[in-house]
Amino acid sequence: MIKDKLSRTPVSQQPLVVHKEEQGGIGSLVEVEINNRKIQVQMGTTILEACKENNIHIPTLCYHEDLCLAGLCRICVVEIEGMRTLQASCTYPITNKLKIQTSSEKVRKARRHILDLLLSEHYGECYVCHRNGNCELQSLAKEYGVDGFKFGHITERRHSVDRSSYSVIRDMDKCVLCKRCVRTCIDLQEVGVLEATHRGYDTTISTFYDKPLADVICINCGQCINRCPTAALKANDPSDEIWVAIDDPKKHVVIQTAPSPRASIGEEFGLPAGHSMTKQLNTALRWIGFDKVFDTNFTADLTIMEEGTELLNRLKKKIVEGDNSIKLPQFTSCSPGWVKYIEHFYPDYLDYLSSCKSPQQMFGALIKTFYAQENNIAPEDIVTVALMPCSAKKFECNRPEMHSSGFKDVDYGLTTREMAQMIKEAGIYLPDLDGSGFDDPFGDASGAGLIFGATGGVMEAALRTVYEIVTGREVPFENLEITPCRGFEGVRQASVKLEGTLPEWNFLEGVDLNFMIAHGTANAKKVMEALVRGELENIHFIEIMACPGGCIGGGGQPIPTSPEIRKKRAEAIYNEDRGLELRKSHNNPHIKYIYEKFLIDGPCGHISHKLLHTHYVKRGKFIA
Amino acid sequence: MPIMNDTIQFNVGEHRLALEKALKLAPQDIVMEIREAGLKGRGGAGFPTGTKWLMALSAIADKKFVICNADEGEPGTFKDRVLLDEYTNLVIDGITIGGYAIQAAEAIIYLRAEYKYLHHKLERFLEEKRENNQLGNNILNSGFNFDIKIRLGSGAYVCGEETALIESLEGHRGEARNRPPFPVNTGFMGYPTIVNNVETFASAAIIISKGAEWFREIGISKSYGTKLVSISGDCKKPGVYEVPFGISINDLLKMVQADEAKAVQVGGASGQCIPESQFDRKISFEDLSTGGSVMIFNKSRDMLHILRNFMEFFVEESCGQCSPCRIGNKKLLEGVELIEQGKCSYTYLNELIELGKSMQLASKCGLGQSSPNPFISILTNFENEVFSTR
Repeated sequence: MIKDKLSRTPVSQQPLVVHKEEQGGIGSLVEVEINNRKIQVQMGTTILEACKENNIHIPTLCYHEDLCLAGLCRICVVEIEGMRTLQASCTYPITNKLKIQTSSEKVRKARRHILDLLLSEHYGECYVCHRNGNCELQSLAKEYGVDGFKFGHITERRHSVDRSSYSVIRDMDKCVLCKRCVRTCIDLQEVGVLEATHRGYDTTISTFYDKPLADVICINCGQCINRCPTAALKANDPSDEIWVAIDDPKKHVVIQTAPSPRASIGEEFGLPAGHSMTKQLNTALRWIGFDKVFDTNFTADLTIMEEGTELLNRLKKKIVEGDNSIKLPQFTSCSPGWVKYIEHFYPDYLDYLSSCKSPQQMFGALIKTFYAQENNIAPEDIVTVALMPCSAKKFECNRPEMHSSGFKDVDYGLTTREMAQMIKEAGIYLPDLDGSGFDDPFGDASGAGLIFGATGGVMEAALRTVYEIVTGREVPFENLEITPCRGFEGVRQASVKLEGTLPEWNFLEGVDLNFMIAHGTANAKKVMEALVRGELENIHFIEIMACPGGCIGGGGQPIPTSPEIRKKRAEAIYNEDRGLELRKSHNNPHIKYIYEKFLIDGPCGHISHKLLHTHYVKRGKFIA
Repeated sequence: MPIMNDTIQFNVGEHRLALEKALKLAPQDIVMEIREAGLKGRGGAGFPTGTKWLMALSAIADKKFVICNADEGEPGTFKDRVLLDEYTNLVIDGITIGGYAIQAAEAIIYLRAEYKYLHHKLERFLEEKRENNQLGNNILNSGFNFDIKIRLGSGAYVCGEETALIESLEGHRGEARNRPPFPVNTGFMGYPTIVNNVETFASAAIIISKGAEWFREIGISKSYGTKLVSISGDCKKPGVYEVPFGISINDLLKMVQADEAKAVQVGGASGQCIPESQFDRKISFEDLSTGGSVMIFNKSRDMLHILRNFMEFFVEESCGQCSPCRIGNKKLLEGVELIEQGKCSYTYLNELIELGKSMQLASKCGLGQSSPNPFISILTNFENEVFSTR
């Protein structure tokens, strides 16, 4: 139904796709000789891929698994017999018998020269850099034993640091012009904020008319940060201010932790991807000095109650009352990158977006109202910190409309990377700690809230609740695992038939509840274009996450990222859900408690509308 | 400015029937004729034209494109301007023959921004050709449909590189693409495309007009036919000349009356600079290859100043995409500055020459692969002069 548009990427730069049907055809396997070893590879495999498969290491810099091919840093060059020049192994497809040398004299000399050139233009010293120890340029220098600057070294800044954005800081003096950020922004996310400007030696990565990042249509997804090999891009780090709050005895500092950072923070401590550290992290946060540690999943459960009810209300108004002003499908609104994307790119479609705040903002509003009241703490003395996998959350908590408690609902959004840094600074090695639980009154949340972290998770959690509200029975999937929601395909679509409905909902009897899931704004764009063309009339609910893979691939997550790493993080989350007793949002006793005690007029009631729902800004693409 | 000497091939009147003759042949026969003639690309790289056309002809696609590279940007080259201005018919017929040979329906002339003044003249000429049924639908009642449009470049040197040219035509930044895939398979808008120099198309028309055998009699082995050279610098008669391949630099200098030549830069900024002791070398693809530019420097010229000029050009004209070319040229230029100040050690100079060799090997496109040429050749061939005066 949704057509792929012609990619902007020139055909020659797109990753080669080897079609299965071609296998068994003439020449589907090619024999090549790499470093005098005979190797059989599939036609069209790049030299780099062939070498990887055979444990031959080739250094790379501009190459990234998630991105289209560039072949511009030239560090991965190899020598092919019979060719005058060296070839970039990342882009060279093997289509005939080749004799390849990956570390001949010419190759080693050229790589070393390229590295020396890059280092000569790279401003700053490694020990005063936040990417120290996790920098691809630094690793290359180590790999090649660089012990001096052969062609000199920049000692003065040439660019000012762009700190305008709440989310992303750009330091172009650290840029090596690998264009990963450009390819991320234009091709992976189809936002297109960053592009190369000027020519030759003056080439630099810039925004529209070199405007500050805060003034252009950046959605703050931070995917560029995740793929930057150096420190040219980083998130706006509030940890100094958080330390100040922690050290201030008058302040009551609470933190909420989202599921995705917990599934990935181990990577910052050298563990392989896929180790969930929820309980250990709680202990570490208390050691650092946070007064209370809460689970964002609690408000994820609350989001399900609110968003699910909103959906059912929309369906009722549209089907029973025939109100045509009601917009369907309803889009999720938990991803602040996606919210800003739709505000910029489809400002006329904001009515389709659920009015629910994201779990982070719901929590902030509750902490400074409900929690403050229950514990007799003045809200002005509370500092709320949110540990998120996300750079866009930093922008979100600074939105002017996010003051429904009368104060700034969430004071600081902190990324996984920044949290790990704080923990290290406190002298804690996270994997060594014993675990501990979350603090009351919000307590431990359900698995439904937990799986928000992976693409499709919100949908799965919502279906577990909505289906049960409408029919009084559990969703008809084994072990509550709604498998069509899972996986990493860009756009997914499925449906659940509503049968045996309760009397109140009998207008939905026999209705196929159609839903879609998309992750990455390039896929969101496909969905939105289909909506604009009027092709989504029979769809009811659409989950969209701005980042590829959902929150586990967020812009605040540990670097590096790859499809493999994201898959492992998602598995960690699904495994955690499987192990929980409580797996449906509406069964969470703390949720029931809050609706009894505080949000007394129920989901989507007056109080919840004041605290838990929001409105959006028609931003458009106008840049002042 | 016309072609100065008595032309050998570029005789307008003689080749009037080239197109008519071509359209009576099968496309394969044209390609074979060009191959037999041994025509090599006149832009400087010298890729066999027949092979290129054969690959494009055998590519399977619903559309194919012909692009005439009239982005004559190499410093010291101005022969395409003469062809476009005064031998328009030959060029247009050549493009049409190329289109017929690979079975394309559309061609684009990528005209250098600085040649904008030719735009109207060319458009008028194309209109005339359409009126005479030599362009458009059913050309000369052969059933072949073909048309040519003109697109202006925007002034970037790198857009003379065929894949950067295609990027520019598609509306992107002028940056070279990865190869393979080559334009003959995946070119303009992803369709098979041949990109040829203006002179190559004109030569193709001549070959069809006079036959491959006639063509092969001119020039020397492996470099057949004639070459247009645009000679500038310290000589009495600068201009565009048609010379047979194999002519020596000495003969060239005599022809243009350059008496006091000390150095000749063959192939433009990205070419080789040769000293007097090598003036017996020959213009050919195997020895001194040139897209047309020949610059003569006499005894009063400072070679380091010349080199600085070239390196400044490359620092500015590198597209900035790949690291060896973007940063490397800057480092070579800084080296020149160090020499000027008398601060460059031989060790560092040798390091820079090694860097230049790495750039030749590792750069992404022809620009970076050839930009160290003047640095290496001038500092090797004129080392004594450069260092003795400082």
